This record gives sequence, structure tokens and C-alpha cells, in this order.
Amino acid sequence: MAKRIDVSGLTAYYGSHKAIEDISMTVEPRSVTAFIGPSGCGKSTFLRTLNRMHEVTAGGRVEGKVLLDDEDLYGTGIDPVSVRREVGMVFQRPNPFPTMSIFDNVAAGLRLNGNYKKSELADVVERSLKGANLWNEVKDRLNKPGSGLSGGQQQRLCIARAIAVEPNVLLMDEPCSALDPISTLAIEDLIGELKERFTIVIVTHNMQQAARVSDRTAFFNLSAVGQPGKLVEIDDTERIFSNPSVQATEDYISGRFG
Amino acid sequence: MDTTQIADAPPPTPPTPTAEQKRAARGATRPGDRIFLGLSRGSGILLLVIMAAIAGFLTYRASLAISKDEGNFLTTFEWNTGVNPPVFGIAVLAYGTIISSIIAMIIAVPIAVAIALFLTHYAPRRLSGPIAYVIDLLAAVPSIVYGLWGALVLVPYMNGLFGWLNDYLGWTGIFSWQNGAPRSMLTVGILLAIMILPIITNVSREVFRQVPQMHEEAALALGATRWEVIRMAVLPFGRSGVISASMLGLGRALGETMAVATVLSPDFLIHTSLLDPGGGTFAQNIASKFSEATEFGRDALIASGLVLFVITLLVNGAARAIIARRKEYSGANA
Repeated sequence: MAKRIDVSGLTAYYGSHKAIEDISMTVEPRSVTAFIGPSGCGKSTFLRTLNRMHEVTAGGRVEGKVLLDDEDLYGTGIDPVSVRREVGMVFQRPNPFPTMSIFDNVAAGLRLNGNYKKSELADVVERSLKGANLWNEVKDRLNKPGSGLSGGQQQRLCIARAIAVEPNVLLMDEPCSALDPISTLAIEDLIGELKERFTIVIVTHNMQQAARVSDRTAFFNLSAVGQPGKLVEIDDTERIFSNPSVQATEDYISGRFG
Repeated sequence: MDTTQIADAPPPTPPTPTAEQKRAARGATRPGDRIFLGLSRGSGILLLVIMAAIAGFLTYRASLAISKDEGNFLTTFEWNTGVNPPVFGIAVLAYGTIISSIIAMIIAVPIAVAIALFLTHYAPRRLSGPIAYVIDLLAAVPSIVYGLWGALVLVPYMNGLFGWLNDYLGWTGIFSWQNGAPRSMLTVGILLAIMILPIITNVSREVFRQVPQMHEEAALALGATRWEVIRMAVLPFGRSGVISASMLGLGRALGETMAVATVLSPDFLIHTSLLDPGGGTFAQNIASKFSEATEFGRDALIASGLVLFVITLLVNGAARAIIARRKEYSGANA
């Protein structure tokens, strides 16, 4: 059940610091959108406003609208907890629960929601691990701790955990930056498969990765340190990397930045 | 693992290191390293020597007394060291020590964990600082002050609680009350709970504060409420730390002397009801009898101290076993 994301005029603050300013974009369902840009340009902050995770940081708040199909994530009476159940997230460093087994990690989200049948749980865990291309590697040790896996396996475990609850959108915050090239390739292949079912947004510092996995690419930039980050342009990935319409984008992707 | 496939050929045997290389591997070739190695190794050995000396002293003096004991040292309900032949045993003391500590733990651990969670995950920053400071102050109050407060303030207040317990739970036998002064094991347990609350709270708070942000965010991103974050990420991560904290508190409760001696009115009986005054603990019994005891009486008291020593060691060993049993699931290898 992939959904469209429609952001209009979004500005996010940490306390009195304006982190990103006036961002508007549309993300189509069943597509991969990559966010690129220099450090501090607010792409991670923007990603975290899409599931209201930035509010976890003290003083985090936004102005503007984020629509998931027709539902405003920041509408009155919307519980951030229920937003995060619809919009899953994978983090920069693999973070399986260290005290839980592989099975329990994948089942964690379902158990939170509470609306599952005991008999279905094993099926969902198997399906999610298969969906994350991890099943064959862990099927014989589901009751072992998830922290015993390699970094790449842990990250795929985290993806399995995120997709087990069938979210509408999957956010990925530099999911490969802590991984070696082989594990990175595995995750990139996985992203290609997952976009058949989910709307995916990925933040990456690796421009080749953005070019490889995404359909659309958004370039973020900031005019100076301390200034809010802004969306420079969003376009088809092919166009961004061959013939971008803004000079700053061209400078950034060709390494002439700054 | 990704890398297990390449380990088919046996690894080449590494050359046996020379004595020189072994020293270098320990980092003990430069003078500074050698001095530091000596100091740290010496401190470690000194600790073992002191422990062995204490155990040896207790065992020797205890054996002098126990060999002349006419009663069974473990099961006798009496403490008569001045008569000939002497009859004494630690049954009442062991019961009193353990039951008062259990009461203290049942009361203190949940409250301490709740306070620590409140301070780390619920309270606003400007509130959690002062509260933590007050709890630190509680830990610094001398135990005799707790004892005086217990005797003068807590004991009179206990009348109300004891009456209520007797009315509603008296039928259990454990909470029946014959209207004696409320200087009983329950009062001692409550006082001990207050005394060990700060240490358990402080250590638990430290542990909860060290839960990595990324584990809490993992739970939040799955749509966990604040309580569910605590249940999924914070409590499992802090589990072994809370056990250690509780053991520190239990150690203090088992050995607490002055506060117990001030509040309890002791006798040498095991009372079924926790509300009836009487009973005793190892430390309290030693403190109240030691100054007037004969040489032999002191040996007997030391023998009871040896038992307390052994109980404390067993408790610590059990705690370590609990922590080690689930080591691979602890947050340490995350």
C-alpha cells in the first residue's frame, strides 16, 4: 500500500534555529527518491519531518504541510506515534535491538501494534526476512541475538523489521554509509525490489548510489553555515546527473562545489 | 557471517614468542610502563591478600568459638555465651537479616527504577537536576541519623500502618499484630528501603542514561509510545545494570548496623508475623553485644560475622551469574 507524499511550504526548527526553509515536493508512490547535498544542508532533518522523528529532538517543530495521500501528518489530532507506524525508517547505523533475538526484532513492530494473530507471526517474520533478502542467512538461528550478525546483515534485519509492519512509506537515512561495498550492493539491490511495494525516500552522500537506485533526485544546499537548508531542485535522476537546470547542482555533482 | 567460507586451510602456526617479545606485548619495556604495571598488579594482589586475611581471621576466631558450642551453631535459637557450656546459634539472626533485606528490596527496587526512569525519560531537564541532587544528598546521610529518625519519627507513624495491615491482612499470619511497639522486622525493612533507595536510584539512572540514542530511535520509528520505548529499548539494555545496582543496595541492607540497632527491639525468636517486635540481624546483634562480651563471646560474635560474610559473597555470586547468563543479549556487544 504505497502512498504519495506531498510536501508544501515546510519549514523546520530546532528551538530558535531554522534548519530547513520552505520546502515543497511530491514523491510518487512506488518510486525511489534520493536526497543529496552537502553535510548540514538539512536533508536528514527533512527526512525526519516525514515521519515526525525530528520532534524527538528537544525543540523540534515544523510549519507547513506534509500530506500522505490526503492525510496531513501534522493535522490537529494526529498522533506522531501513529504516523511512525505508517512511515517506517531505517537509520544510518544498523540498530537492531541488542537484547532481542532475530525473530523478536522482526516481530517487534507487530507486537507493538497488537493487531496480529499468534499463528501469523512466524509467517510475517519469514516473509519480511525474505523481503529483506536475509532469510537464507538467518533461518537456522532465528532465536540468536541480532547483534551477532555482520553490519550488512544487521542493516537488512532493520529493513525487515521496518517492512514487517507494512508501512506506506520507507525512509532511509544513509543506510549504507556504515557498510562495506558488498553489503552496500546487497542493500541497493534490495531497494530496487522494495520499490515495487513501497514509496522509498533515501538520503545518501554517495552520488553514484543516488544515480544507481533512484528514479528522482532532490538536491539540497545551504547558502552559508548557520543558514537554513533549502531544496535547490528535484528532477528525474537521469536529468539531474546529466543536465541539471541549476548551476549549483551541476557544480555539486561534478565535484566543483565550494 | 559473510566471512566464514575462507577459513578452510589450517592457519600457519605462529612462531613461539620469546620472553623479550612477551614483555613487549605487555607494554613493559619502558620504565614508565614497568612502574605502572608493577603498581596496578600490586594493587590487585593487595586486594586479594586483604580478602584472604579477613577470611582467615574470621575463620580462625570463629572456629575457636564454634568448637565449644553445645548447641547447633546453625539452628539454635539462643545466644548464651556467658554460661558453661555455651549455647548459641545464628538461626534467628540469619532469618532476621534476610527477611529485613528482602522487605527492603521489594520496596526499594521498583521505586528506585521508577525514579530513575522518571529522571532520565520523563522529567524536564530543569527538574531532573535538582531531584538527582536531593537523592545524592540522601545517600550522604549517616546511618545513625537514619536510625534516630527511624526511632523517633518512623516508629510512631508505623502504628497506623500496622493497625491497617492487621485489620485487612491479619488473617494471613504474616501481618497480624499484638499491639506491641512497632519496632519489628517490617519497620526495619522499610527503614532499610529508604536507606538503599539512593544508591539503587543513582546507579540505575546512570545506566538508563547510557542507553544509546539509536536504540530508542529504533523503537520510536516503529511507532512506539514513550512507555513502549522504555519497555523495548531502555529496560532490556539497563537490566544487568539494575541488577548490579540492586546488589549494591542489598549489600548495604544486609550489613546495616546502627539504624537497625536503633529501631529494632531485639529478642532471640523467629516471629511468624512481620509486625511483632523482636528478632535480630547479624550486624545489629554484633553491635549491641560486642562491647560487653567476653573474649569467648567476641569469638562467637565473629563466627556470626563469618556467616554474614559468606551470605554476602553468595548474593554477589548469584548476581554475577544472573548477569552472565544472558550476556550475549546484553547491550554490551551492540
